[in-house]
Amino acid sequence: MQPAARADTSAEVVDTFPKLLIRNAETLRGRPAMRHKDLGIWQTWTWDAVLEEVRAFSVGIAELGLARGDKVAIVGTNRPRLYWAMCAVQALGGVPVPIYADSVADEMAYVLEHAEVTIAVAEDQEQVDKIISISDRLSRLTYIIYDEPRGLRDYDHGRLQWITEVQQRGGAKLAADPLALAAWQASVGRGQGSDLAVILYTSGTTGRPKGVMLTFDNLVISARNGNLYDHLDQDEEVIAYLPLAWIGDHVFSYAQSYTAGFCVNCPETPETVVEDRREIGTTYAFAPPRIYENLLTLTMVRMADAGAFKRRMFDYFIGVARRWGEQILDREKVPLSARVLYGLGEVLVYGPLKNRYGLGRIRVAYTAGEAIGPEIFRFYRALGINLKQLYGQTEASVYITAQPDGEIYADTVGKPNIDVEVRIADSGEVQFKSPGVFVGYFKDPEKTSETKTEDGWVRTGDAGLIDERTGHLRIIDRAKDVGRLNDGTLFAPKYIENKLKFYPNIKEVVAFGDKRDFVTVMLNIDLVAVGSWAERNNVVYGNYQELAGHPLVYDMLAAHVREVNRSLADDRALAGAQIRRFLILPKELDADDGELTRTMKVRRGLIGDRYAPFVCALYDGSTQAMIATEVTFEDGRKGIINARVAIRDVGAPVVMEKAA
Amino acid sequence: MRARGQVDVAAGEAILSVEHVSLAFGGVKALSDVSFDIRTGEIRAIIGPNGAGKTSMLNVINGFYQPQQGRIAFKGKLRAKMRPNEAARGGIARTFQNVALFRGMTALDNIMAGRSLAMHANFFCQLLRYGPALNEEVAHRRRVEEIIDFLEIAHIRKVQVGRLPYGLQKRVELGRALAMEPDLLLLDEPMAGMNLEEKEDMSRFILDVNNQFGTTIALIEHDMGVVMDLSDRVVVLDYGRKIADGTPEQVKRDQAVIDAYLGVAH
Repeated sequence: MQPAARADTSAEVVDTFPKLLIRNAETLRGRPAMRHKDLGIWQTWTWDAVLEEVRAFSVGIAELGLARGDKVAIVGTNRPRLYWAMCAVQALGGVPVPIYADSVADEMAYVLEHAEVTIAVAEDQEQVDKIISISDRLSRLTYIIYDEPRGLRDYDHGRLQWITEVQQRGGAKLAADPLALAAWQASVGRGQGSDLAVILYTSGTTGRPKGVMLTFDNLVISARNGNLYDHLDQDEEVIAYLPLAWIGDHVFSYAQSYTAGFCVNCPETPETVVEDRREIGTTYAFAPPRIYENLLTLTMVRMADAGAFKRRMFDYFIGVARRWGEQILDREKVPLSARVLYGLGEVLVYGPLKNRYGLGRIRVAYTAGEAIGPEIFRFYRALGINLKQLYGQTEASVYITAQPDGEIYADTVGKPNIDVEVRIADSGEVQFKSPGVFVGYFKDPEKTSETKTEDGWVRTGDAGLIDERTGHLRIIDRAKDVGRLNDGTLFAPKYIENKLKFYPNIKEVVAFGDKRDFVTVMLNIDLVAVGSWAERNNVVYGNYQELAGHPLVYDMLAAHVREVNRSLADDRALAGAQIRRFLILPKELDADDGELTRTMKVRRGLIGDRYAPFVCALYDGSTQAMIATEVTFEDGRKGIINARVAIRDVGAPVVMEKAA
Repeated sequence: MRARGQVDVAAGEAILSVEHVSLAFGGVKALSDVSFDIRTGEIRAIIGPNGAGKTSMLNVINGFYQPQQGRIAFKGKLRAKMRPNEAARGGIARTFQNVALFRGMTALDNIMAGRSLAMHANFFCQLLRYGPALNEEVAHRRRVEEIIDFLEIAHIRKVQVGRLPYGLQKRVELGRALAMEPDLLLLDEPMAGMNLEEKEDMSRFILDVNNQFGTTIALIEHDMGVVMDLSDRVVVLDYGRKIADGTPEQVKRDQAVIDAYLGVAH
């Protein structure tokens, strides 16, 4: 496969983020680089102000004794000072290691220990407490630097430092000693594109997290190509709300911002993102499908509670949008009447809705990380939002393939990005080669050689094929997850799971069927959607477990499963893999219990083991099953919940009787 | 939770002292001859079984009830009678056992209401948001936003409080009391009706208020675990009489307290 567009050939030598920052402070002086909503007001820092902050911070950290090559953990949510910490560390030749802020102490200990972290930059008391609780396992850790001082006043301040004080010491040194500035600039100058820029630990669906090492060249070139692909420039507005440790956020809120010079907005709190996004009006967005799913679910729930007139207006115009919206977005020819109706809908429904989502000014929105339900995907596109699919990996510095404007299909992930080559191995596995290809896994050459082929290609572990009609790449499932039923029918669990997850009532799905006679699924209800339904239908329940086990909820979900079976029957290759039996899990699958990854992907194998009695009952014909399962509470304590769960048959498989 | 130091508090002088206070409603004696003090900077708990006179005591302190006998000294000044609005002006704020907010107003407006005592611009300026009134509002809004940030309720800033769950309403009410920047904060069962997680959150906020703003706090609470963890000193009432007074450890071992809670034959 050949790249869809030409590479960035501009002969720039600005090859590290600290150098880019110095460049931006000159060329983009006075333009906003970062905003943070604080005390209800958006505070803005220009590029030159950010340089000053980072420089003072960096000199302050140097005073604490950071050497070139030292690793610095960054733990917290998206706050300006944590992004600045990355650049401040890189300016000294250190390597930032962002860590998922919601990791429990034990997970965090593994990463901090494995990465040989010497300094940790933490957001607040919660994170500081976690690090202190595991500090006896971290022999190299010297200092913990924190951002939010609340609650930390009484702590021992020997090893604990407040960011502001570190910055003040750095600033004072720069002011007092004229050589300090030159020394800092020399330190930045010593950095090279081939230096290690960051280590990102992937949350991996199996085993311990792996530390992906990326160089400045990997990130800077990939980010620049990404900017070129979507024509991103300094006028973009993005909102940073995804985990710092996720490659998507690192490229999108850091690498691309530094290379293109656009402004990154940090929300007030994680709970206010939707409102904050509305105020900013983002032009470029990057999110896993679940964010779009949540927005859609929220909309549908609110509309169900709206008055009859509004609801009818909404339904009517959404119908119009589904019929014509995508064609209008792709600039195809449509009848005048459709254009007029759509225009009216834009004023009455789509415009206000997009404004609510904070997507009124959006130019490019990507969904990545997992497959998105086609119905959800089409819904946003029908509203006139240029939502596209992207296929990427940490190991590729994100970009492998993306859909070019105007070539959008619900079931493909697009064409190779600039400078990226993609091939399908004989085994059906997707492999790629690009400037973003990672150096290796930190301290794990064995895993590195398993992933990289001898001729420089990277194995993605995903099964895919090139779509003959469009020339786009199609991802079916994880290569190792694709299986077969006993009668030889192809079983792609994720394909089935995604079809079910389209229904707002269903939050998570786990499908079983490999080496079995038929397909079964375990479902998680969506508490918001089903709770709202229960309220409207006078269904009384005490807790999650009770609602999940309610017979009427079973009836509703059984109808969804039958619909999915009907749509599976349409597809010749998959018609045999219809769902025969299902059950609703008594608890929500949770990353804290290890059932989901930190990026919210289901760990099918682990769930199969933990709920073995359920799996057994799904296949032995019984109508109910008992289980006692362990749950982890938010404070780390563990408890056991006992549950009896009903199992439902959905009847014989649907057979399509139409002629071939 | 941090260990609370007893040293600084024990040395502190009394911000409020209650001396031989008795209160009766007709023939019912709600309080009889109760004396205790609250020291600057401490967290003081008032506990006791149902009907022991705890809320009456709080109402006496902030001037809602006038005791028939005894006297109360606040910040060194002895007073015979005080009305609730005078108490508020003097620096006493409180929250209520059953949440008392303006249900139709947003969380932000409710907390802003707590600033009204500190607003000085005249009515017409405020009505027109003109001149000094505007500057004043900006300054007060900043203080209120700090409290919103402190209590982690930014996401419900513009939500009508009537639509909020109970735990959050309690937090908004605490915010309104804090907006007065009180010297003494009276909390009437701040954790009643909360689940474990909400209780832990509220405990943390109470400790943080005391730690960060240096506010003296007097609280009534039923949950013994909470009381023992939070407070520096505890006073125990039973049938309107003081039966014990001291550190949580002392009170826990006091035979009269054990009898009052477990019940003995009378």
